[in-house]
Amino acid sequence: MSAFVGKYADELIKTAKYIATPGKGILAADESTGTIGKRLASINVENIESNRQALRELLFTAPDALQFLSGVILFEETLYQKTASGKPFVEVLEENGVVPGIKVDKGIVELAGTNGETTTQGLDSLGTRCAQYYKAGARFAKWRAVLKIGPTEPSELSIQQNAQGLARYAIICQENGLVPIVEPEILTDGPHDIAKCAAVTETVLAAVYKALNDHHVLLEGTLLKPNMVTPGSDSPKVPPQVVAEHTVTALRRTVPAAVPGIVFLSGGQSEEEATLNLNAMNKLEVLKPWTLSFSFGRALQQSTLKTWGGQKENVAKAQAVFLARCKANSAATLGKYSGTSAGGLASESLFVKDYKY
Amino acid sequence: MSHFKSKFHDELIANAAYIGTPGKGILAADESTGTIGKRLASINVENVESNRRALRELLFTTPGALQCISGVILFEETLYQKTAAGKPFVDVLKEGGVLPGIKVDKGTVELAGTNGETTTQGLDGLAQRCQKYYEAGARFAKWRAVLKIGPTEPSELAIHENAYGLARYAAICQENGLVPIVEPEILVDGTHDINKCAAVTERVLAACYKALNDHHVLLEGTLLKPNMVTPGSEAPKVSPEVIAEHTVRALLRTVPSAVPAVVFLSGGQSEEEATLNLNAMNKLKGKKPWSLSFSFGRALQQSTLKAWSGKEENVKKAQEAFLTRCKANSEATLGTYKGDAKLGAGAAESLHVKDYKY
Repeated sequence: MSAFVGKYADELIKTAKYIATPGKGILAADESTGTIGKRLASINVENIESNRQALRELLFTAPDALQFLSGVILFEETLYQKTASGKPFVEVLEENGVVPGIKVDKGIVELAGTNGETTTQGLDSLGTRCAQYYKAGARFAKWRAVLKIGPTEPSELSIQQNAQGLARYAIICQENGLVPIVEPEILTDGPHDIAKCAAVTETVLAAVYKALNDHHVLLEGTLLKPNMVTPGSDSPKVPPQVVAEHTVTALRRTVPAAVPGIVFLSGGQSEEEATLNLNAMNKLEVLKPWTLSFSFGRALQQSTLKTWGGQKENVAKAQAVFLARCKANSAATLGKYSGTSAGGLASESLFVKDYKY
Repeated sequence: MSHFKSKFHDELIANAAYIGTPGKGILAADESTGTIGKRLASINVENVESNRRALRELLFTTPGALQCISGVILFEETLYQKTAAGKPFVDVLKEGGVLPGIKVDKGTVELAGTNGETTTQGLDGLAQRCQKYYEAGARFAKWRAVLKIGPTEPSELAIHENAYGLARYAAICQENGLVPIVEPEILVDGTHDINKCAAVTERVLAACYKALNDHHVLLEGTLLKPNMVTPGSEAPKVSPEVIAEHTVRALLRTVPSAVPAVVFLSGGQSEEEATLNLNAMNKLKGKKPWSLSFSFGRALQQSTLKAWSGKEENVKKAQEAFLTRCKANSEATLGTYKGDAKLGAGAAESLHVKDYKY
């Protein structure tokens, strides 16, 4: 058969469709211990378990915020953590209609013989790990593949390796009840223009969907997490309308309509930029057979983090800031964002050159 | 860039979109001299140029028919023919709001080492031929790749060869102003069930769109002409709704929404079967980001041919039969066909010929 229809097929389709509900999106809170350490360091907070727990509790219990989220991606440690009063995070999310997800890749390694290109690890015993995560309450997974643009990049090897890795990860997830989010991130680093980013994005996505087909992945039970199509970081910016047109065109040329939703990564965009671009896409008057939403990490948490500063007395204020970003992005998925959450922290670029996750 | 930006960029997009206009579809009248000979023989008509010309004039001048048609695929000879009164067929079509198209492939040849699988020829000098056809008034082209289902078929080789042949043909067409119809026909011959056909169709279409992307083809300036997803010719039939569900699902899983229209081939289906299946697809609720229409040869002409039988006095009757099928299929593209078309003799007749050679 073309698509593998295992015992979880109906559930996968239902979950993927739910995550793609218009008006909702994903909070990417799956920073590894190392990465979250950098974030905490930026606000002078010690990287210990209780602080990591406190940050995530702040986010997951922010009053009224969860209604704008359909899923949260967690790091393994967080999947098993609880609130200060002892309630498992997974339950907090489930009770509020938010599907728990889990990051399952084990980071990137360099491809020898290339110019710093990488592939992603994590396939060993992935089936067993997925089964365990399913038991713990996870219902979707995420795996980040990384590509870059350069004079000779991305190479055919890098495209093939990353596409195949994503496809293999995806089918293993589906065998074990997890909806795979397929994330082929093309980094913004570089002086290239938006047309170059568009061309590379189309080539990469075409390879990804060919690989998914080869591996018998059930597209109706997947989600896509791509980069938006933008100029390179060293190149002049363009308005959200232009980003929207190039992005939606690239997706229309490569992503089959069987995929229920596309949840963009924010890359190094500021909170406000990411929201405005998403909004512009949803306002575009062209046929879009998948919902267009968000799976933001930094672009949902940055100003919340700064407002919190690790201080208990700042929690309520930080939660209000988080709620504002969630609302803004929810409106953006409906093309109804009027840009009133702008200014200050929300407009700060989050671009870090050669960003290591 | 990903797609090659030819000077015909905007025109290709406009023409492809026009062909996909809801309520319209394509008449495939591109039978080669040999093939049309078989059709004429079946009604005891001699295979001479004047008869071939007369048949096509009958079709193109049927009152009211061209409104249901957005394009006609022609064989090279026909592209340069005229009505009895001396008007070029190309002008008749253009005046009727119909885009002339041209078959550009040169038939299939066997792939050595396979079990009778084939690839399609026609790439040599294709650019020059396309230019010539564009000058003669053609605005779209067609190239038929053929695959079959068997225990070990289609093989990876057959899929790859046919997908990349189609992609190369498509890129050359676009460089020369012709919208390429991409036709990867999977023959209906066999004992397999509808699920097998669906799996093969999805695999083949995925390969086609990867190849088209590799060759920098502008998808917005192409059309797809696939088989419907059905049980094999030797397997029990299923209802139009089941065909519709399997077919649309296969397309949703493989055909990017940038493609403006899907124009189905009829294979060996009877005229009525083909229309009912197309209608069921257009009635289906759910996502369908491309229009779903027809590119029928036999399934538009069969009863017309029988009614004509080569006789001048039958032309009017034959044209009525042709108009009936055109209208029925036009309605089917809108999902409004009620199955009440007056069935001409032969409209319900299967047109399947085992191992059909075009």
